[in-house]
Formats: sequence, structure tokens, C-alpha cells
Amino acid sequence: MKLSSKRFVATKHFTQQENVAQKALRATRRLLLPALLPILLPAAFAGASQSAIAASLAYVSNEKDDTLSIIDLDSLEVVNTIEVGQRPRGITFNEDYTKLYICASDDDTVQVMDVASGQIIANLPSGEDPEQFALHPDGHRLYISNEDSSLVTVVDPQKSIVTAQIDVGVEPEGMGVSPDGKIVVNTSETTSMLHWINTETNELFHNTKVDQRPRHVEFSKDGKQLWASAEIGGTVSVIDVDSKEELHKLRFEIRGVHRDKVQPVGVKLSSDGRYAFVALGPANHVAVVDAKTYEVLDYLLVGRRVWHMAFSPDEKYLLTTNGISGDVSVVDVDKLKVIKSIKVGRYPWGLAIKP
Amino acid sequence: MTLSTLQAPVERLRTARSGWRRLLGTAGIACCLLPSLFSVASSQAQDNGKQAIVIGYLELQQEQPPLLSNVLPPPEDNGLQGARLGMADNNAGGKFLGLDYQLKEARSYELPDLQAALTQWQADGIQSVLVNAPAATLQALSSQAPDILFFNVGSNSDQLRTESCLTNVLHTLPSRAMLTDALAQWLMKKRLKKWLLISGSREGDQRYADAVRRSAKRFGAKLEAEKEWTFDSDLRRSAQTEVPLFTQTKEYDAVVVADEPGDFGEFILYNTWYPRPVVGTQGLTPTGWHRVIEQWGAAQLQSRFDRQADRWMTDKDYAAWAAMRSIGESVSHNIDYQAAALKSHLLGPKFELAGFKGRKLTYRNWNGQLRQPIALIHPRALVSQSPQEGYLHPTTELDTLGFDQRESQCNLSQ
Repeated sequence: MKLSSKRFVATKHFTQQENVAQKALRATRRLLLPALLPILLPAAFAGASQSAIAASLAYVSNEKDDTLSIIDLDSLEVVNTIEVGQRPRGITFNEDYTKLYICASDDDTVQVMDVASGQIIANLPSGEDPEQFALHPDGHRLYISNEDSSLVTVVDPQKSIVTAQIDVGVEPEGMGVSPDGKIVVNTSETTSMLHWINTETNELFHNTKVDQRPRHVEFSKDGKQLWASAEIGGTVSVIDVDSKEELHKLRFEIRGVHRDKVQPVGVKLSSDGRYAFVALGPANHVAVVDAKTYEVLDYLLVGRRVWHMAFSPDEKYLLTTNGISGDVSVVDVDKLKVIKSIKVGRYPWGLAIKP
Repeated sequence: MTLSTLQAPVERLRTARSGWRRLLGTAGIACCLLPSLFSVASSQAQDNGKQAIVIGYLELQQEQPPLLSNVLPPPEDNGLQGARLGMADNNAGGKFLGLDYQLKEARSYELPDLQAALTQWQADGIQSVLVNAPAATLQALSSQAPDILFFNVGSNSDQLRTESCLTNVLHTLPSRAMLTDALAQWLMKKRLKKWLLISGSREGDQRYADAVRRSAKRFGAKLEAEKEWTFDSDLRRSAQTEVPLFTQTKEYDAVVVADEPGDFGEFILYNTWYPRPVVGTQGLTPTGWHRVIEQWGAAQLQSRFDRQADRWMTDKDYAAWAAMRSIGESVSHNIDYQAAALKSHLLGPKFELAGFKGRKLTYRNWNGQLRQPIALIHPRALVSQSPQEGYLHPTTELDTLGFDQRESQCNLSQ
């Protein structure tokens, strides 16, 4: 099975260098490939589907390859690569993991992938240039950042209709839903604000100015705190959700790395409330933070330009996407050690985990 | 920081409308408790309840000299479109703070027209003005209105950053020295240490050549030969025969061209006696901005600009955009929109601007120059960005580009 999957990756790699004349062929193949593959590579597919039952899978969007890499979380190997729309960035599963939503930014759509077959079954009206999104717990509201048009678009993915559009600042990006589903927070990178959206009315009820270029927000599991990274500011603000006041501002210092290159993007909080992990972009490290005292405990060296992260379902592993080195680092959460890096496509961006 | 603290200087000026109240929520209430703490020297309350932040844009338009390489003329609204985009970006955030940024524009081929516009704006109480003009014009305008904070978005003069220190002017356009230092670092990194310098005879070409000589000395390159281009043949027809002879000197690793308006430089490429890279104002070019920059989120800025202006964003557009955004970021961080307060904040330690160049941008407090990485581009790709790795500086590596504090007589922060 390992061999076959390598063959698949090799074929895919070849197509990146093809000439124009081959593009027509490729288009045909793109249509036929998913259908033909089970016939061509029966062993590979049988293996993949078996392991899909057995193991959790990590889906990784490759921004400059227009593909998803699928990593088996038992073997920590890439088991499949799927072609999707142009410039895939944010990805997330629906609640029963039967569908994967994919921001295909350059296609101006959110694609819906049927997870069982790996086929794109619908394109949602997402507004222009969807980059990142969050799915409301009710499964009916997808809050999408339209990076090029200063809007948050709310889409019902089941009815495929736009239910609201909300004016926010320039270059909306990060999106987080509170655990109770009452609040969605969006970050606007150039305006450097957190925009608080009331999910009942889909209107803004507060705006919080943070440091330069906020990229990502993460609610704590109890919904009382919001962690917001500021990429150019080099900080993470921990905000009290009730009062909107800043409880703490995290700063990072890595020996041998200029402070301007420490650029926090992704934030993940362990559900036991113990750790916060902060991806530091071109500093190529993930900071481990004590989520109670806000003390930075350690910096873990990962691949180049680390942006987004996700936990395995048991939170034994933390995976990171490293855009420039084109790989995913695997952190052992108990030992706080990087145990593996897995080569994926070009510019891995988003991550979603299927138990 | 939450909005409640930010909101104070804004709310004092207006009767809160219900729409705003809804947007701002509880923040507005806290703000109204502090109405009398601020003086209202510079800002104007408007009928719509927003505070107007009025910024001026002055441009001395210039006739293009006759050029040999005139295939792609510079855009007519070079710089102006950047200011307009900066205003739009400011307003996109300003609407959540009750701020309404407005741009007053005056462009002319005659300095007196600009002076008249400035006189009118002074009477209206304007606090900051962008100037897209050569150094002499900038000097005239800045001395006419010492109480206004100017942003130089049009002159790369090194003199403005070292000797003729205009205390009410900040520079968002990189100086010539920053450009040639960026280039020199790259050349040294590539071990291209021996240069042939070819300069045009216009004033700007000579100043660019001065900057190249300074950079060579600073980073340890050697000028094997220097030549001035004085020929009058039409190189579009004869480059292949003329240029090889002209560049037949002691052997060099690279040819550095100083031809700011783009007269003959384009024809040096691929025609040199030794097959060597051509760099400088043509070939591999150091610049504050170019369409090929797409990293660090720049793709979004580029596409916003494309949509607005229907053309590529230039270094002058970027300088004007950065000036507008500097003002916008200060005002949204609770700095009173008043020239002196703005200047001291921009030169102080708390200011930082995200400018799509991979790291935060700040101002040098001695000469008011915006610190920034410099892109090295060819017309279809970004080749590199300086400062190059390994060029270190005790404060920030960005200060390895251009005039460091000790090399400048200016001290704007006093």
C-alpha cells in the first residue's frame, strides 16, 4: 500500500510540469481519474479505504498545488492526494464528518467534498475570494471571510444559499465560533480589529482594536476567553469574552531570531486547559504556552513558515502546516517534541482532522 | 485594548446616532463620559456625526523628457491612486470608529498653483499633506506651512535625509541610498564584487551614481570603471553594435546602470562586452514596490489596487498608501489628529505599520525615513528582498539600508 501511494504521488508530481498541450488531457483525466483509479490501482484504494476505517485522517490543503494531502494518523504517512479547486486554504468538516468544506479562493467558491468518495459534489455561493471560515455548531451557518471584499458572508451549506453579508474591516481572515454558538469573531488584517458578530442577528455588536495584522482567533473550551494572534504585531492577545478587555498580551522571544520575524498566526488550546500552542510563522517555531499562567514554556522547531495547526482526536499529536518547506510537522503533545515531518504538496495552508 | 478606550476622542465630537450605537454597543456609552478631556483644534465634526480626518495631496506634475525607451510610459496618476487606496483602507476601519477620512487633491505643473492650494488648506486647518514632487518643491511647500506634517512620497533625494533636514517632513518613499544599499548587499552576497558603473547625464542619474559609489564603498565592492552615457544615437536600432564597444573595459562582474528616467539603460541588457548581469535603474532593480510582490499578504493589496486603478501599483503609489495608512493607524490608536501629536507618535516607539513587506514598518526618528525592506525585481518576478541575511545591525537589520543615525545630520525627534 505504501508503494502504491508513492506511485500516485509521483504521477501527480509529473503533471505539475506538463506543457500546455497536455492540459486538455489533464482536464479529461481530472474528470476520469477518480472514477478510473479504483480500476487502475485497486490495491491502493482497498488499502486506503481500510485504513480510513481504522485510523484518523488529517486533511491538508496545499495552496499552490490545488490539492489536498491526506495523512493517516497511525502511520503518519500521506495515503492519498486529491485534486480540488484553485488555491485551497481554509478547510473544515461538517459535524458528522461526511462532508469537507474547502475555501477555493481563486475559484471564488466554497467547495463541498463528499468525504467517502473524495468527489466535489457542490460549490457554495461564498462571495469573492473565500479564505477562512467557521461552521456554526447548528451546521446551517458557515461564516466565511471574503478577503478581497471586506465582507463576512454567511452561507447555509445545506440549502446552498447566502443568508447574510456583514461589513467588516479590510482583509477579513480569522474566524471563530464560541462554543455556545452565540458569538462569531472575525479578524480584519489591515484594519487590525476583532469584529464581534451576534449570530442571532448577524450584526456586529463590538469591535476590538488589536495589534497589527490579526490572523487567527480561538475560543477557550469554556467560551470565557478569546485568543487572538497579531502577525506583524508579534503578539497574542488573550481577551475576556464578557468584558472584551485584554487579560494578557503574549510576546515571544527566540534566541537567534529577530523579533520582527516572530509572527504568530495559528493558535490551538488543548481541551484540558493546560497548553496553548502558537505557530510563529517565519520564525519556524511553535511556542508552547502555559494556558493558565501565560508563561511561554518552550519553543519547538518545526518546518519553515508555520501557520496553522490541528490536534489529533485524542490530542496526542499536534500537526502544523509549514508553507515554505511544504511539509507537516508532528508534535508529540505529552513529550512536547517534534517527532516527524511529513512531505505534502506546495504551500500547505489549512488542516482538518477526521476521527 | 478594547474599543472603549479608543473611542474617546471620536465620540466627543458627535451625537451618537442609533446606527453607530448599534455597531459600537457598550463602547459608546463609556466614551461619552469623557467629552471634555480633549481639545478640538484639528478635527471637524460633520453632520453625519463622524469625525472628518482631512488629508491633502499635492503633486507637481512633470513633463516627461524625450526618452529613447518610451515604450511603456509611467502612469499619469502615479502616486495619487496609492493615496486614494490608503484613504479607502483607512475608511474601511474608520467606519467602526466614527472616522471619515477625506482626501483633498491638488495637482499642477506650476508650483504657485500648489502653494495657493496649500494656503487655502492651511486656512481650513488641515494637519497633514502628502507631497509628490521633487526635493526643491517639497522644501518650498514645507517651509510655507511649518505647522503641517508633510509626507514625502515623490523624492528619493539623499540630501533630504542627511543635510537639508526638514523638521516637518517624513519620507515614505525609499531614498536612493536605501535602493543602492539593497542592491549592493545582494551583489556582495552573490560575490559579484567588481562593477562597471554607467550613468546618464541628468541630475537624477548623477545622484543615483553617487549613491552607487557610496554603497560600493560601504559594502566593499570595487568600481572597475565608470562611464557616462553621452551618445545621441537611437539605441533602439543600434544597441547591438554600440553597447559592446562602450562596455569594453577592465573585466567586471556586474554592470550597474544609473538612468532614472529610463533613457538608455534598457538597451544595455544582453549587449554588454562581457556577458554579465545588468542591475540598477534597469535590469535587476531595487524598488519600494512592484506588481510582482505577492508574498506577505501583498496579493490582496495588489488586487485591491488593480480593481481601483486598473493598472499596476508603483513605488510612489505604495509610498502614498503607506503615508495614508500611517496616519490612519495613529488616529485609530487614539492619537489626536494634530500635526505635532501625529509626528511625535510616528517617530516614537509605539508606532508600527503592517505594510505587506514581511515585517513591521517604523520611522527612523532622526530623519523621518520609513524603514522598509527593499524588493529586488525584474519585470516579471521578485528576485530577492534586502536586507540580505547576514547584514546585521544592533537595532534592526533594516537600518543597514540607507543612512544610519551617525551618517545623518538630522534629528527630527528634537
